[in-house]
Amino acid sequence: MTRRVLIVEDEKNIVESLTFLLKRAGFAIDAVMDGTAALQRIGDDPPDVVILDVNLPGTDGFDVLRAVRSAPATRDLPVVMLTARMQQQDRRMAEDIGATEFIAKPFSNAHVVDTVKRLIDR
Amino acid sequence: MLAPNILLFVCLSYVALLFLVAFVADRQAEARANRGHRIGWLQSPLVYTLSISIYCTAWTFYGAVGSAARSGLEFVTIYLGPTLVFIGWWWLLRKLVRIGRVHRITSIADLISSRFGKSPTLAVIVTLIAITATTPYIALQLQSVTLSYQVITGSDGLNEAATAFWAAAGMALFTILFGTRNVTANERHHGVVAAIALEALVKLFALIAVGLFAIYGFSEGLGDMFSRVSPELLRPDEVFGTRWVVLTFLAATAIICLPRQFQVTVVENVDEKHLATASWLFPLYLFLISIFVLPIAVAGLAHLPAGSNPDMFVLTLPLAADQGALATFVFIGGFSSATSMVIVAAIALSTMISNHIVMPVALRVTRSHHYTSGDVRRLLLNSRRASIAAILALGFVYYRLTDGSDGLASIGLIAFAGIAQVLPGVVGGVMWRGATRYGALSGLAAGFVLWAYMLLLPSFRAEFAGIEQIVTSGAFGIALLKPQAFLSVSIGDPLVHALFWSLSANTTLFVIVSLLTRPNPLERLQGALFVDVFRTRPGDQPQILHPTAPAEDLFVLAQRILGAEPARLLFEEIARGQGITRGLPVADHTVVARLERELGGSVGAASAHAMVAQITGGGTVSLTDLMEIADETAEILEYSQQLTQKSAELESTALQLREANAKLKTLSDQKDEFLSQVSHELRTPMTSIRSFSEILLDADSVSDDQAQRFLTIINQECLRLTALLDEILDLSVLERGEVALALEPVDAEAALDRALDSVSGMAVRGDVRIRIGARAARSDVLADFGRLTQVFLNILNNSVKYNTHPEPEITVTSRWQGDQYVVSIGDNGPGIPAEDSETVFSKFGRGSRRQETGSSGLGLPISREILRRFDGEVVLVATDRPGAQFEVRLPLLRAAVE
Repeated sequence: MTRRVLIVEDEKNIVESLTFLLKRAGFAIDAVMDGTAALQRIGDDPPDVVILDVNLPGTDGFDVLRAVRSAPATRDLPVVMLTARMQQQDRRMAEDIGATEFIAKPFSNAHVVDTVKRLIDR
Repeated sequence: MLAPNILLFVCLSYVALLFLVAFVADRQAEARANRGHRIGWLQSPLVYTLSISIYCTAWTFYGAVGSAARSGLEFVTIYLGPTLVFIGWWWLLRKLVRIGRVHRITSIADLISSRFGKSPTLAVIVTLIAITATTPYIALQLQSVTLSYQVITGSDGLNEAATAFWAAAGMALFTILFGTRNVTANERHHGVVAAIALEALVKLFALIAVGLFAIYGFSEGLGDMFSRVSPELLRPDEVFGTRWVVLTFLAATAIICLPRQFQVTVVENVDEKHLATASWLFPLYLFLISIFVLPIAVAGLAHLPAGSNPDMFVLTLPLAADQGALATFVFIGGFSSATSMVIVAAIALSTMISNHIVMPVALRVTRSHHYTSGDVRRLLLNSRRASIAAILALGFVYYRLTDGSDGLASIGLIAFAGIAQVLPGVVGGVMWRGATRYGALSGLAAGFVLWAYMLLLPSFRAEFAGIEQIVTSGAFGIALLKPQAFLSVSIGDPLVHALFWSLSANTTLFVIVSLLTRPNPLERLQGALFVDVFRTRPGDQPQILHPTAPAEDLFVLAQRILGAEPARLLFEEIARGQGITRGLPVADHTVVARLERELGGSVGAASAHAMVAQITGGGTVSLTDLMEIADETAEILEYSQQLTQKSAELESTALQLREANAKLKTLSDQKDEFLSQVSHELRTPMTSIRSFSEILLDADSVSDDQAQRFLTIINQECLRLTALLDEILDLSVLERGEVALALEPVDAEAALDRALDSVSGMAVRGDVRIRIGARAARSDVLADFGRLTQVFLNILNNSVKYNTHPEPEITVTSRWQGDQYVVSIGDNGPGIPAEDSETVFSKFGRGSRRQETGSSGLGLPISREILRRFDGEVVLVATDRPGAQFEVRLPLLRAAVE
């Protein structure tokens, strides 16, 4: 069964690169551009891994993660957070809220793909 | 003449009555105090005032008539002085009473010692002066009792010595019984006070009775009486002469400084308000007791045989008329005057002796025991009893030595002059903060020595040939040292002479030495507390508790001196004040000070200070005490006003600092936010570039088409990155004001055209339609042409980028509005929500419009910054049409307007 990865990212080009990389690694990809859509998608049909950008318009990545962690069904859902902002603050915040992994932008393609694979195998 | 037996019986009955009154009063006071009640009639202002009338002794009772018969109206001065004090110097008495209560003052010696740093030396000196000045006075009372007894019984051959001895012994017994029941001064001698109040009434009524008898028994009423007064008798030329003024002054001093007056006025005072009553009632008493002096003198001179002793007219007048009952009443009145004075004086002196002489010696002897062993109370009581006996013995000895040598009045005046030496120390001490211990010491010592030499010594001239020698030719035969013509200054009256020298030397030394010496900290503290007694309420200030002494030791000390129960109550009260419900209070400096005051009420300030200091480990004043002084001084009050002002200034500075800090914090937050945004804006294109370049490096898995597309993205993102960096730098330079804009008159319309040309190239690609509406004529503004074009371009670009409408459209118009040039740029895009109307002008403040716009988010802040330099602005205008509408406004140049 193909494992599914949900990409939540508002930068079109980054979505495109991540989609290309993860498809190539054998995952089914779904992508949304904002937090509200992400929550809806996760609630309807939880993916195996979520790649979640912090800096989203409206409901930001942290809000999405909080909502995901507070719902019993998705309490243990692996979430990889991406951020391009000041990293120490965002990393601390992400850890506090319960992100599974935290990756800073610009990322190494291999690191992202390895992280997703590791989370799915776990 | 009366039979001695009957008189003795009447006399003993009267004494028994006094005992009964004192006993009942003491018992009642005790019972009421135990039930927590006030002590009723015992604490009435009437009793207080009557007790003050111990001022009127046997000297006044008998001697005033004698004085009137010999020296005319001079006797009036003795009543005038106290009257002036009670009416005019009432505030001084009130201050003394307040100080006495607050500081638990036990005697006049204690007052001076306590004021000047609880000095034991001063206490001893004042005590010695008091004993020296009081002894002749007691002798005087014994003499008057003996003399009046002789006169009334008509038995010249009676054993004078035995009569005086038994009188003295009886008074000593009474005083010991009722004067030394307890040791705490503020537990007051209710029994004694009640008894002397009764005696005050008896002597007043006795004198009034004789007075009325003199007027109506010997003449036909007042008119007849006064018609017999010879002008020589009144000696009007002496009225208000030097001697008059001096005597009035002496009497005024006496009512303040005499140990017994201080005892009844200050120490026995139970309520400060009583002084208000006394201030008119006591002068009234003096008026009543003096009003009949002259009639009695006149009647005596007229009707009694020549050579009769005028000092005994009060008694001999009724005797001459065979009025035995009246004579007995008068005798009892004189007896009352004598006994009440002796009793109170003995109590006051014994307190001084035991507190200031016996206790310090005992302290020295038992130093190793820390006063926690042995019963200090018993020692105190016994020393007081012994002192009373000794004082009366001394009075008796003096009486025997000087027997009948002088008129009664002159002995009284010597005593007054002696005690007057205390006046500078008392008045200066409570009025002048700068007065010091050394000043008081030197003044007192000098005044006392001169008084003793000039007044006391000559009073023995009749008894001792050596003294007569000194009086006539001066000490060591040196004429300059003649006691009654010192330094050859001859003032006719020896009393005026002595008082002039002694008080001048006393006051001068007191002031000069005080000015030359510095008070030690304790003196300064006491000085401040005494002088400002109405301003301070010691112990009221809340303090932080710092134990300065072991509370247990203090408690044991208090038990030894106050007794077990009062000590327990005191410590419980202190502990309650500290909020401690169980156990001993924290012995901080206020507790130590309080305890010192309470103990001072029993043993005097100096002894209490010495005792407590041994436990607290030193007699030094704590820093907090000094702070208390500081708090009280007038200079510091001013300083404290400055402090208040400074503190207000500080507060406002603090407020400014807080505001500045808040601003800085906002700035810092903004900077953090900006850096975070810059990081985000830079990293986002870099992420795409890195990711796609890594994909491309892994060339195998990428098709040519894909490779082409990815390279295009990389290229776009690189351009975006460059544009962003340019804008960041541009804004930073603009904000710091480092860029010099060439301000010159330019045509704003031309700049707008240039921007429109530039954007229509882009717009064509993006299918955006640009509608140009009404345009203004050539509009000269003061600006930089390139920068102005950049502003228009930024706004046009935004309108293009954020426009998500399927048929995007931009409308541009320009016009003059007043003296302003206004360009309006509107679009049919999603518009900007009201809550974002300000954010759009902040850095990266793209509001919630975060679509893929290719915009850095710095365009509007840059535009705003540029326009600010041109005195113009860019604003978002609210319209009823959909989309956003920006207006650029610039001041038109005057020339162009016309």
